[in-house]
Amino acid sequence: MEITSLAPWILLLPFLMFIFLGLTAHKFSGQTSAKIGTIAFGIVAILCYYVAGRYFFGNFFIEGINANGKEVEIFNKTGEIYNQMTIFNWTWMEMTKNLTIHIGFYLDPISAMMLVVIATVSLMVHIYSYGYMFEHGHFDEGMSRYYAVLSLFSFAMLGLVVATNIFQMYIFWELVGVSSFLLIGYYFFKPAAVSACKKAFIVTRFADMFFLIGILVLSYHTQTFDFDKLNADNAKLVLDSFAITGESRGITFLGFPLITIATFFIFLGGAGKSAMFPFHIWLPDAMEGPTPSSALIHAATMVVAGVFLVARLFPVYSFSAPEVLNAICYIGAFTALFAAIIAVAQTDIKRVLAFSTISQIAYMMVALGVARFGNHESELGFTASMMHLFTHAMFKAMLFLCCGCIIHCVESNEMSKMGGLWKYMPKTAWCFLIGCLAIAGIPPFSGFFSKGEILSACMENGYTAIYVVMTLTAGLTAFYMFRLFFHIFFYEENPEYATMHHKPHDQGWQMTLPLIVFAVLTIGFFLLPGFNKAITATRTEMEMPTNWTVEGISIAVALLGIGIAFVLYYKKNQKPADIMAKCPALCEFVYNRMKIDEIWYGITRSFIFGVICKWIAWFDHNCIDGFMNLCAWITQKVSFATKDVQSGNVQQYVWVFIMGVVTIAFLALY
Amino acid sequence: MEFITANNIIFALLSVIVLGCGLLSVLTEKLMHAAFYLFLTLVGVAGLYLQMSYDFLAAAQLSVYAGGILMLFIFAIVLVHRIGENSEHVRMGKKARAGFAALCGIAVVLCTMFLFGNFSEDPSTDQFTETVNMELIGCTLLGTGKHQYLLPFEATGILLLACIIGALVIANKEKEDKE
Amino acid sequence: MIPVQFYLVISTLLFFIGVFGFIARKNLIGLLMSIELILNAVNINFVAFNRYLFPNQLEGYVYSLFVIVVAAAETAVAIAIIMNVYRRMGSETVKSINELKN
Repeated sequence: MEITSLAPWILLLPFLMFIFLGLTAHKFSGQTSAKIGTIAFGIVAILCYYVAGRYFFGNFFIEGINANGKEVEIFNKTGEIYNQMTIFNWTWMEMTKNLTIHIGFYLDPISAMMLVVIATVSLMVHIYSYGYMFEHGHFDEGMSRYYAVLSLFSFAMLGLVVATNIFQMYIFWELVGVSSFLLIGYYFFKPAAVSACKKAFIVTRFADMFFLIGILVLSYHTQTFDFDKLNADNAKLVLDSFAITGESRGITFLGFPLITIATFFIFLGGAGKSAMFPFHIWLPDAMEGPTPSSALIHAATMVVAGVFLVARLFPVYSFSAPEVLNAICYIGAFTALFAAIIAVAQTDIKRVLAFSTISQIAYMMVALGVARFGNHESELGFTASMMHLFTHAMFKAMLFLCCGCIIHCVESNEMSKMGGLWKYMPKTAWCFLIGCLAIAGIPPFSGFFSKGEILSACMENGYTAIYVVMTLTAGLTAFYMFRLFFHIFFYEENPEYATMHHKPHDQGWQMTLPLIVFAVLTIGFFLLPGFNKAITATRTEMEMPTNWTVEGISIAVALLGIGIAFVLYYKKNQKPADIMAKCPALCEFVYNRMKIDEIWYGITRSFIFGVICKWIAWFDHNCIDGFMNLCAWITQKVSFATKDVQSGNVQQYVWVFIMGVVTIAFLALY
Repeated sequence: MEFITANNIIFALLSVIVLGCGLLSVLTEKLMHAAFYLFLTLVGVAGLYLQMSYDFLAAAQLSVYAGGILMLFIFAIVLVHRIGENSEHVRMGKKARAGFAALCGIAVVLCTMFLFGNFSEDPSTDQFTETVNMELIGCTLLGTGKHQYLLPFEATGILLLACIIGALVIANKEKEDKE
Repeated sequence: MIPVQFYLVISTLLFFIGVFGFIARKNLIGLLMSIELILNAVNINFVAFNRYLFPNQLEGYVYSLFVIVVAAAETAVAIAIIMNVYRRMGSETVKSINELKN
């Protein structure tokens, strides 16, 4: 089968499904919609696997045009190098010759990997949601809507990763934002969900404003949106158009190099989606959405869009704005530590996972931030980041889905309602344990490899401070994940279980199968064909150095974290309470997420609403509205004054007619 | 005086009748009077036709206009108007406005006519004595050659038929509604 | 022989008398009468031109005949309408037909 004829369906099918399920929401029962949506996405997933498989392991070519304008056959692989391929590039809107918006399908190692990630997680979530929503949702008509939005999200996310140009990425970027908004606000009758979805949308939108400015600045100077052209020849186009040579930083704006501003603004867009400090505030609240959608959107796929964005433009960052990469790596390190500390104090299990997600994404950002083009050591961060993206997507989705099972049984998100669940739901517990071990970085689970590489990358590139912070974070991660694990599955059994009508139990196959699939992927990650073969900054095979010192320290730190968690939370005891009693103010502060939300609220309420918006509102009410009212008033007056002309009185018409004829005759003749 | 011929006197009389009665017809407040003045106007116009020796046309004018149409008017007036209310009062303003329009029109047309009209002094002092014979009229109406008008004639026939049916339908509508 | 201008003047005056009537009259029947005056004025013009310019042809002549016929038809229909209006509105002035207004 031809890739060129199959690839469009990867985008079209979910989109058509969205329209179909959205329009027929009242025709079908929720289960029917769910089955249709799942089967359709199954086909999409098969297509994704096929395309990615052919790309990585097969050998095929497409017709293309090379730099000299000649028609050539572009193979997926020349020698050891994977080529970037534009499978199709369809002109969507043509404003001018340069400002043309294309929708296309771009295949390179990272987009192929993302296809696999999205296909896997989304398909599993489709299956899982059938069980979860059917029993948990208890309102049937919403299920069609849920599946429709799930299709929309899959469409948007697939479109985002295969974008051929930055503008297509931006369009799909906003689409994932919208579908995230719709899914967070799925339980629209809950005020918390409504405010959470608004918060998520506004915060990411605010960040996207910077993204758009960045895009405009970058493409204004380079005169193109295409990633191909931007990244080609070590970002030569960007260097040339911003006049960057050697030590000179090229065009400046307000004293800053313009390229720095542009790329940093683009990163800020990514920071909004990927919940980097200080834009992280929306992600914990986003947990108000249904748990499977949290697994898909807020753990595995959408939140890594920012990482993907930086990786996509990595040559531009690396060659033209290395200082932005530095900033990314410091922001990432801070976010990682910060989110890990907050996660320690949370009691809502989904919130813990949300902060853990923030922290882990920050890991990926750090890895990208420390990476540079140059040699294998310096490029290691890129591969490590992508690898962590992959492994994290799998184990974090699994953890979220486990949470879904637990919440389903306990009907609460609070840790205090849980405990001693191990014997009730062993399958879930095993999967959760595997996820925790993976995220803590214990071999041979997937997280160990990716996290180890990230730490090595920090070390290799001389970012020792970052390395220390990240190692500390790794310890904290192990601690809070196992705190969660022990608290849920051991600690003290909630006496309510004995009296509950339905005792907690493992769920049906729809909800267990995805867990097992993810668990297998997490355990068997090291059997997967090596990331160092393809997903590298230079798209060619590279040697992954294994720094045993780093790996050893990381395992030791993780084990230490697990040990502390074991001591404090395996059996119910007074130690955690004692520790908390020593510094209640600090605990309170951390529990309230270090008051960052309050700072944001303060800024928006007092400064934006009070100072800026007040004048804008005044201007709007008086000038804009006033002008419109004036127009309406004039129109009204004029029409009242002239309405008698159209009286319907024939005699008046005749009179006017005669006078008109006389006047015309008079003027014509004399 | 050479222009005081019988012919001219008759023409002057006819013009006075036509214009005077026309004016009275639009000025009088009673509709029945207006109909009567209209009748006189139509007769005057028929007289003008006769003076041009168009006998058939004059006859048609008299029979169709003065006979038929005017009868319709009189019927309508009698049917519509209750006795004693058959006058209408028109505001002076409206009259002035109408008069102004009419006077402007007259002024423009007459000025145009006499300033730009190129009327040759008619050398012949003959009268139109030769009448148009009926055969020619018949051929003109029913012929298909040049300057002959069969098609309009047929069309007029269809128009009249449509008009009869239309008038019947309109007049009957109310009855159907009642039924 | 009477010059053609005289006919034209009579025709013009009669025409504008009709126009005056059409504008000034309140009554629908009065309006119709004014229209008859206008048509007659036109007829006079037709006939006069025919007589003076092309005495051997009958264009104007035939046209006046047609005008007479059409006038008869128009009057018949118009009067039928006026009768209906009168039955419906209880009045036959121009002002009374204003149901479509507002």
